[in-house]
Amino acid sequence: MKHILSALVLNKPGVLAHVAGMFAARAFNIDSLAVGRTDDPTLSRMTIVVVGDDKVVEQVRKQLVKIVSIVKVQDYVGQDVVARDLMLISVSCPPEKRPEMMALIEMFNGKVVEIGQKFVMVEITGPENKIESFIDACRPYGIKSMVRTGTVAMPRQARTPQT
Amino acid sequence: MESSFPPRGVCAPSPPYCLGSQVIIHTLLEQGVEVVFGYLGASVMPLFDEFWRVEAAAQFERNKRNLLQENKMSTKPQTSPEVGTVHKPGSQVMVDMLVEQGVEVMFGYLGGVVLPFFDKLYDAPIKFIIPRHEQGGCHMADAYARATGKVGVVVATSGPGATNLTTGLATAMMDSIPLVAITGQVRTDLIGNDAFQEADTTGITRPITKHNVIVKDPNQLAQAIREAFYIAQTGRPGPVLVDVPVDIQFAQCPIPPKGEIELPGYRIRPQGHARQIEMAAEAINASKKPVLYAGGGVIISGAAEVLCALAQKANIPVTMTLMGLGSYDQARPESLDMLGMHGSAYANFAVQNCDLLISVGARFDDRVTGALKNFAPYAKIVHIDMDPASISKNVAVDIPVVGDARLVLEAIIAEVEYRPRKEWFEQIAVWKAKHPLRYDRDADVIKPQYVIEELYRQTHGDAIICTGVGQHQMWSAQFYKYSRPRQFITSGGLGTMGFGLPAAIGAQLACPDRMVIDIDGDSSFNMTLTELSTAVMYELPIKVCLINNGFMGMVRQWQELFYGRRYSQSSLKNPDFARLAEAFGAVGFTVDKKDDVPAGIERMLKETRPVVADFRVDPEENVWPMVPTGKSLHEMDGLDIFEMA
Repeated sequence: MKHILSALVLNKPGVLAHVAGMFAARAFNIDSLAVGRTDDPTLSRMTIVVVGDDKVVEQVRKQLVKIVSIVKVQDYVGQDVVARDLMLISVSCPPEKRPEMMALIEMFNGKVVEIGQKFVMVEITGPENKIESFIDACRPYGIKSMVRTGTVAMPRQARTPQT
Repeated sequence: MESSFPPRGVCAPSPPYCLGSQVIIHTLLEQGVEVVFGYLGASVMPLFDEFWRVEAAAQFERNKRNLLQENKMSTKPQTSPEVGTVHKPGSQVMVDMLVEQGVEVMFGYLGGVVLPFFDKLYDAPIKFIIPRHEQGGCHMADAYARATGKVGVVVATSGPGATNLTTGLATAMMDSIPLVAITGQVRTDLIGNDAFQEADTTGITRPITKHNVIVKDPNQLAQAIREAFYIAQTGRPGPVLVDVPVDIQFAQCPIPPKGEIELPGYRIRPQGHARQIEMAAEAINASKKPVLYAGGGVIISGAAEVLCALAQKANIPVTMTLMGLGSYDQARPESLDMLGMHGSAYANFAVQNCDLLISVGARFDDRVTGALKNFAPYAKIVHIDMDPASISKNVAVDIPVVGDARLVLEAIIAEVEYRPRKEWFEQIAVWKAKHPLRYDRDADVIKPQYVIEELYRQTHGDAIICTGVGQHQMWSAQFYKYSRPRQFITSGGLGTMGFGLPAAIGAQLACPDRMVIDIDGDSSFNMTLTELSTAVMYELPIKVCLINNGFMGMVRQWQELFYGRRYSQSSLKNPDFARLAEAFGAVGFTVDKKDDVPAGIERMLKETRPVVADFRVDPEENVWPMVPTGKSLHEMDGLDIFEMA
């Protein structure tokens, strides 16, 4: 099962290496990892997607909490969260295909960020399954290259009962 | 020599008396000299030493300026240093912090980038022990911590000095030993350039330390060392490494007033959850066949007395892990001795048959549990541990209690009641009578167990025992009976061969009035025997009781049992240890006849110099009982050999 862990960490050198090293040393798999600063410049937030049964993920969470530079870890499993990926994808697109490509992009709420003689670069955000669907839809045209951030997520606060 | 320095205008240095070489430099600076020409020689070495310091300090300032300009960092406005904040060279700050933390003895080895620190240490009220290898120094600091409960301190230079610490750090990490390691690092402007003796020390040691940090800002130095000591000894203890580049040691560093340490990512919950404690007590009161399973955490938290009180009050038998030995007096009838792969049969049977297993400061290591799916199959499990990550890591636990062993046990003890549990103790007595620890006492050769039993008899069970790793370690755990915490010092989790001798040195320094014995194997001893030289230099009356079977004994046992007696690479050509000891300036002698064992031990114990007693024991003796890997705890081999008539 897929778990999204959100870790608030000290914005210091070596913390990412520590997290990555801990996952490797304890044979846990990272599905994706996204890191960025928060509004507090001394803190960063890591969003880590882990696949595993509850026991494994609970152990991952505990081992993360143990790292001195990690301030707080939450497992969003079972919560109503907004989870988003960002992808840049460059797709083969000769001029005659442009209309249908544009329609496709529009369907997915994508954004054209660069267009060339034979390709189009698209920026697209959304839940992971939407990104996957868009990749599938682009495949017949020929994907030249693509890059994705990991998932970032935030719980819906209005609808989650506060504890 | 010290020279008087007449104050002169604003340029006067703050200390009115300083080294002659410093006076010369100050005078030159005062005169506005910027460039000096010259050539070295013995008589101007102190002066050149000062030149280097001044140059390094200037270099640090330049680096800092460059960095600020390059990054156009919006640093906070420089607040004027608080009134009362002292500034000193980083090297002095390091020494001051160690003194502030109450360090009396420390260990370590010199090298280029820790020379400023060693220079300041020269005048510090700290006893310093130089090992012959950084690994030895790290084990000594570790054993010092194990013997006292205080933080062990080790220092090493950059690069190879730091990498030589790694085995010692990993050893301390696995056994939760409070240790602070200070390493030198190349200048901050050289880091990442593959400089001479540069290694990514924090990168290398990250997985084998509880925490580590490199200090690149002089303002952080004092606090980093205070935090290191705090983290090392609180919660589940462990080694903490502080990496200090040499230019930081030269830079002026502030010493902020000592206050509370606040680390946002580091919280300790020593008090157990009240409801969980209540449930644990209820389970104990309801249990017909309980077993207490005590680990190293009992010793770390100082819970041995409370454990004893609980076992007495609630009437519960106690078994211990290798790390837990000493937490419960083995002379008491409730003691089941050690459990696990080479544990006593009665301990393993009790665990496999109990209806309640109360684990205190132990972590269900694979050497303890045997096959997990069949471990304590009838038991409800209570797990008291400081580290939440230890709970339900290997074995699913019914009643977890996160907290300090002593505090939690104190809370539990208030709620438990005495139960006779007659049948349970009778059953245990049957197992004890049927399967005591045994070996062939009638053999003509020296049996290793006999040496240890005789050692136990002659020392009245009072000595501090250190060991290496392997068969001799298991026999030391089985045939020497321990009565108090911190009496048995061994590398449990990592299983570090070569731990014994340096550990004995560290323990002897910690406990000068105790008898300290390193029961060592020949192969373990071979790994770090160079430290004999350290023992001789500091006139430490340690005793090395060598169980010499000419093999890596435990490896050979596994080859005999599981690899068809193919002794691949496990037999060694040993030196003559007695003569080697003499060459080191220690005492050495060999015992190769069974009848000579008591006299040999007596001679060893009487010796006031470091001594190596080389007992040539049966080369193919095995450690029994044994739970083969993959088998359940009750499926022990070796129970039927030497069946008593």
